[in-house]
Amino acid sequence: MKEIVIISGKGGTGKTSLTASFAMLAGQTAVIADCDVDAADMHLLLKPERIFEEDFYSGVAAVIDQDKCIQCGKCQEICRFNAIDNSTGQYLVSNLNCEGCGYCGHVCPVGAIEMIEQNVGKCYISKTKADNKMVHAGLKIGADNSGKLVAKVKHEAKASAEKDGKEYIIVDGSPGIGCPVVSSLSGADFVVFVTEPTVSGIHDLERVYQLVKKFQIPSGCIINKADLNEKVSKDIEKFLADNEIIHLTNLPYDESFTTAMTKGQTIVEDKTSPITASIEQCWQDLKIILEK
Amino acid sequence: MTTSIVCLIERLKMKIAIASGKGGTGKTTVATNLAKYLSENRKVVLVDLDVEEPNSGLFLNGSLMNQKEMFKKIPNWESENCTLCGKCQSVCNFNAIMKLGENIMVFPELCHSCYACSELCPTQSLPMIPMKMGMLTEYKVEQLGFVGSKLDIGQEQAVPLIAQTLDYVDEMYSDDYLKLYDAPPGTSCPVIEATKDADFIFLVTEPTPFGLHDMKLAVETMRELKKPMAVIINRYGIGDAEVEAYCKVEGIDIIANFPNQRYIAELYSQGKLIYPHVPEFKAELLKAADYCKHLVKEN
Ligand code: SF4
Ligand code: SF4
Repeated sequence: MKEIVIISGKGGTGKTSLTASFAMLAGQTAVIADCDVDAADMHLLLKPERIFEEDFYSGVAAVIDQDKCIQCGKCQEICRFNAIDNSTGQYLVSNLNCEGCGYCGHVCPVGAIEMIEQNVGKCYISKTKADNKMVHAGLKIGADNSGKLVAKVKHEAKASAEKDGKEYIIVDGSPGIGCPVVSSLSGADFVVFVTEPTVSGIHDLERVYQLVKKFQIPSGCIINKADLNEKVSKDIEKFLADNEIIHLTNLPYDESFTTAMTKGQTIVEDKTSPITASIEQCWQDLKIILEK
Repeated sequence: MTTSIVCLIERLKMKIAIASGKGGTGKTTVATNLAKYLSENRKVVLVDLDVEEPNSGLFLNGSLMNQKEMFKKIPNWESENCTLCGKCQSVCNFNAIMKLGENIMVFPELCHSCYACSELCPTQSLPMIPMKMGMLTEYKVEQLGFVGSKLDIGQEQAVPLIAQTLDYVDEMYSDDYLKLYDAPPGTSCPVIEATKDADFIFLVTEPTPFGLHDMKLAVETMRELKKPMAVIINRYGIGDAEVEAYCKVEGIDIIANFPNQRYIAELYSQGKLIYPHVPEFKAELLKAADYCKHLVKEN
């Protein structure tokens, strides 16, 4: 079983559209995981039907029992996150500010503060229109995306792939360089970067590559919208060569990605598009690379 | 006399965060073009709070005013008086400090700088010391002030760097500056941190199913924070009309529709501002700028 994680650093490069395309091409051989839990969009293309759902709890937040509180203000004094407010005459915790460190609970002289587990979202297992299982999640608004929900999604995907004897896990990774993407990357066999030849595209690719390098995961790259800027495309190709990142393919700037999306489809469902052939080739190449 | 001066300052005070549910919708394009354009006639500072992937600076060439290493505080174990009681480990909710044999180990990237271990340690063996988490840079781009921070690779928490960057801006730029924030994408803690002290939110979206889906999440987030907001559509003309229909139902103003043009994408790819080169873009930018002026007055 091989786990492929598709990431981009920068948003809007076509990462999710390409991941969904691979999911279509892999069909029953793969389990799909949507780890972009902050902006989970893959379901809009893969039309999953839910088989299973589960609440997910992670982290804690402080709650002050008003009957016990003696208004000493010690909790407010020590809280480094300005999470405790007494402008109403009562000491109250703002959930949006509370980091869940629990320090206040240790200093409260009357034990009025309890740390309550937080429901941060839901985790789902579904069946997609490509006849594969997909694990995805919905993060609650303003919840702490500490990477734990991402880890949960990956864990479920792995369990499902193992149980059903699947060959691949295809993961739509998280953006940025923080905890969610670190969780997306852990345990991956191969990373596919999706980038675009723009000043920000190359900048973000370089940053996220530094992270992947730390994990020592082999990687390849798809340059999307490659003809938008020939010069930056060449710079990216040079960066790939210098860092032993496999240059998987170039795709043209083409609005048919959006046209397909508007119909709720992946681009590979349009058999007449020249891009479809390129992506199919890319998936074949990826499978060969993964075998090595 | 004094009160009227206070009133005047109060009135100018305005912070607008430019956010989007989904990355890559053109948030940075809107932020940089709007800030630069507005700065031709008034005091403006643009703050790049997308510290994981800061890009605004790539589109603005200015002169470097300041560069500052940014630190977070982490506990540092001093072994002399430590009795290995393990209190620190038991109070840390993030597994950032652990007793391993005869040693206390700190895992800096997991630490949330809450001070619990340090201040609850019975022998004061864990003073908090600074650790570098990123870099802040400040530029002057003609009239425009620009401040941006970049998180070091390997640092996992964006929130403390966002908070400190905002503190820096509040200290250095008086209230007669219009403050524009380029917020990180998404709906989780970094966005909350970057928008919670803003007076108004511009949500940038694309007229596509992904754009709409992620914008709805962003709208809910901003409603939770009780922030007034308006929408800017980028790449207008591509996709469908669902975003407009949604905004109409929800009663959210659409203040500008930036056109979908390959030429705009090319200018963006080169790191150029758009409005000096594309009149149709500039016409929409003027609408957004007018909206800002009207907000400042209303405020
Ligand atoms: S748990 Fe920590 S962050 Fe939350 S209120 Fe208590 S001291 Fe503040
Ligand atoms: S400061 Fe808080 S988060 Fe950091 S190690 Fe100490 S208890 Fe843990």
